[in-house]
Parts: sequence; C-alpha cells; structure tokens
Amino acid sequence: MSARYDRAITVFSPDGHLFQVEYALEAVRKGTLAVGVRGKDTIVLGVEKKAAAKLQDARTVRKIVKIDEHICLAFAGLTADARVLVNRARMEAQSYRLTLDEQVSVDHITKYIAGVQQKYTQSGGVRPFGISTLIVGFDPAGAPQLYQTDPSGIHSAWKATAIGRNSKTIREFLEKNYIETSGKDTVKLAIKALLETVEAGSKSIEVAVMDKEHGLRVWTDEEVDALVKEVEAEKAAAEASKRGGAGQAGAV
Amino acid sequence: MQLSWDLPVSASGGPIRNYDRLPLSSELAGGPQGFALPDVKELDAFERQVVEMVKPAHGTTTLGFIFQGGVIIAVDSRATMGSYISSQTVKKVIEINPYLLGTMAGGAADCSFWERNLGMQCRLYELNNGKRITVRGASKLLANTMFSYRGMGLSMGTMVAGWDHTGPGLYYVDSDGQRTKGERFSVGSGSLYAYGIMDQGYKWDMPVEEAVELGRRAIYHATFRDCASGGTVSVYHVTEKGWTKISGDDVTELHFKYYPQPESHPAYATPVL
Repeated sequence: MSARYDRAITVFSPDGHLFQVEYALEAVRKGTLAVGVRGKDTIVLGVEKKAAAKLQDARTVRKIVKIDEHICLAFAGLTADARVLVNRARMEAQSYRLTLDEQVSVDHITKYIAGVQQKYTQSGGVRPFGISTLIVGFDPAGAPQLYQTDPSGIHSAWKATAIGRNSKTIREFLEKNYIETSGKDTVKLAIKALLETVEAGSKSIEVAVMDKEHGLRVWTDEEVDALVKEVEAEKAAAEASKRGGAGQAGAV
Repeated sequence: MQLSWDLPVSASGGPIRNYDRLPLSSELAGGPQGFALPDVKELDAFERQVVEMVKPAHGTTTLGFIFQGGVIIAVDSRATMGSYISSQTVKKVIEINPYLLGTMAGGAADCSFWERNLGMQCRLYELNNGKRITVRGASKLLANTMFSYRGMGLSMGTMVAGWDHTGPGLYYVDSDGQRTKGERFSVGSGSLYAYGIMDQGYKWDMPVEEAVELGRRAIYHATFRDCASGGTVSVYHVTEKGWTKISGDDVTELHFKYYPQPESHPAYATPVL
C-alpha cells in the first residue's frame, strides 16, 4: 500500500510570499561562499573551504563537482541536498547522451536542475532544496557559460556572481571590478573577489579552472598560494602608490 | 489465491482451453500489467507469423550520399501490393523540417507517421533548447522510437539526412532499431542496382550537377531492373541553407533520354541465333 502525500508544505502567504522558499534562501545565505567568474576563454569557480576537523579527510569534502566531462557545479547551502541534486543532474546528463547521442548543453542541464528545484516547491510532502548552484561549462561553439539556480527554481546566466556567506559584498565587488579577462587574469579576478571576505591562503580557498582544451582542473594548494601571493602583492603595490601619490600631493 | 486446476480462468473470465500449460499471471483476473494473450500453443512462432503477415513488401529504391557539395537524396515513387502496382506517384521523401529530410522504404504508413512524429520531436527540441537539433540527435530519437517497438511488426528503412553546425549528416535508421552513420546508403528492393551505379560513379570532389545526375541515373537503373521500383525519380540536395528539390523525372522518359538507340541500352539482348 503506497502512502500518498497530498498535503503541501510550501504554500502561499496572504501577501504572496512562499516562506519556505525564502527560508531556504536563508539556509543558502548561511552556507560557505562560492564565486563564479566567466572570462573570454576560461571559467573559474572559487569556493571558501570550511575549516576541516583535524581527523577529517579533507579530500572527501568537495564543493566543486563534475556533472559530466564538460560541465561543473559548485553550490552553497545544505551539502546533503546538493548531493541529491547533483546525482539527479548526473543521471539527466547520461540519459540525454543515451537518448540523443550527444553531450548535454550547459543551459539544458541548468534548466533541468532549476526545474527539479521548482518541482519541490510545488509538490506534496516535500520541502525545497536548501541550495543555490553555480553551473559552468562551454557551449558547442566554444563560448564559456556560467549559470546560477536557487531554491525557488529560477535560473539565469551571469558574467560573474557569488552565492553563500557574504555573497552580497562579493557581488558588489564584482560589479565594480568586472572586466572581460582571459586565462590567468580570470582566476586572479575570482581570487580577488574571494579575498574580500575570506582569509587568504590555500587552507581557506579552493579554485577550479575550466578551459576548452583541458576541461576542469582543480588547482593544487601550491598553485593557489602562489596566485594568492601575487594578488596580495598587487593589492599592496596599488595601496602604496595611492598612499604615495596622496602623500606627495600633500607635501608643500 | 485459490485456483482449481481443472478449470483455469482467463482475464476475461472464461475458461482457458489450453490445458497443456499453467495460466500465466497476465491471464489471471486482475493481472497488474495484463493484456489478453493469443490462445495458441506456441506464442513465439505465432508472433513471428503475425509480423510476417503484417510486414508489407519493401518495394522501393532510395539512396543518399554525402559529397563535397552537401547531401544528395534520390528516390523512386512506386508503391506495390504484392504484384499489383498501387501507385506510381508516392512521395518517398518526407520533409521533416527545412534542413532535415527522411526517406521512405518499407511500410508507407510506418514511414510517414513516424517521420512526422520525428518532426514534432525536433520542433519541441528547438523550442525547449533555443537551437536546431543536430542530424545525429534527430536520427537517434527516431532510432529510439523504432527500438521501443521492436518485434511488434513495424517496417521502416529510412535515411535521415540534413545539415547542422557540424556539417552534412546522413544516418540509416530502420525498424530493427539499427542506426548507422555513413556517407553512402541505398535502401529498398532496388538498392543493389542503385549501389552498382552510385558506387561506380561516386567521387567526393564532383560538382553538384554531376552528383545530382549520379543520383538520378542510379535510381533510373534500379527502376529498370527492379519490378517493385518505378514511377518518377525525385532528387533533393541539402546544403547549409537547407534542402531544395532539384528535379522530378519520369523514369520512362529518362530511359529514352539516356538510350535513344535501343541497342545502346545495357540490357539490350541480341537476337537468339
């Protein structure tokens, strides 16, 4: 005998809000930060690494995951919810390959994930997923793409965006400082954005870079540290020249 | 569930007359996925007989090939019911959409219905994904459908031809679920004759007019030798701008055009000495 759940949990409030969805967005806001930056030929996903417990194997706590050979996803929010959604996306990617003998496009998989998230806001007995996702990949023409989904099921393409803790600050930084970059400069921009609120160093930052030839590559701690040092040096130099110039102007 | 084996009961409630075998779950009243099975001793042999009965003759010649200038599709237009020619004016190229063509060989209804159904799936793909479907994807959708009806008597041997962002595409898809990518195909009872002409005259670098003429000549020769092929030869050309119908010629007129002197025809027989 199958139990049927016909009582909805996500219902409208008198003034038109879906509070469960809004509470889910709160859960997302409590999750660790994830930043996505799209360049001319490169896409970068940068995430804030939660301090791993001493005895925990850090390699098993991954916030950047592969959906298929050519598509990657980072999330902010409830890790367990993300695992379920990522599994569904992986199945959809393979099912698409089987049905159409082609690899799925980034916007198709984004629409699918967003569709699943929306279904859980309009079904009986379930709650919305407590995650927002950043989905990256390349379209058949070779142009890089970055999409974002959230618990309400909306999805849109972005040049650069952030989700999770302090994402508003990071997004404001990106709006002020975004320029079209390529290669290493795109990674630098992502790290600069992360460093606005995250402690510098490979202990707290994880970076994954995707480009057309090499696909996705997660940077080693050494590479991250090296680039973080470069970014900090540039920042210090910029501060120094600003201070130096003001000093000179002040001198009579 | 209590059952008396003296009188097994079928799904419709009447007795199952074949006492040689135990009743199947689908025959018992209230079977979850039940449908009435035929009341015969050997089910598999019976199904094979049915499929043979339903399967119409593949009387046709169709061909397609890719060359430097795109894809050429050429077909005849005869339909036969046994030895009766039921039509000389059948449209054997189905225009799925402005850049995709499907050919018809086998059951006319199966071909035209499922290729129109494919057209619907392609259109839905365009609307849902904001871009045209590839020839690869379209042929796979058709092959999936054919596979899901495998063994149920569908009869279709088609070529899906078109142009997408990867260039020209040609796939052979049939009702057994086979899907093969290729550069040269001919399908139908006259295909062997068409292959003879097509393979002998094919050059990747040939200009468009020569390719069109090759397709036309190959179909003509197939209609000459194969009794189940005839009528008119239709030739289509597919480029990145889509497909265009190049010509439709009556095979009898082609016969006299190619061989105005009877002696010049390859099938001309010298009198018995």
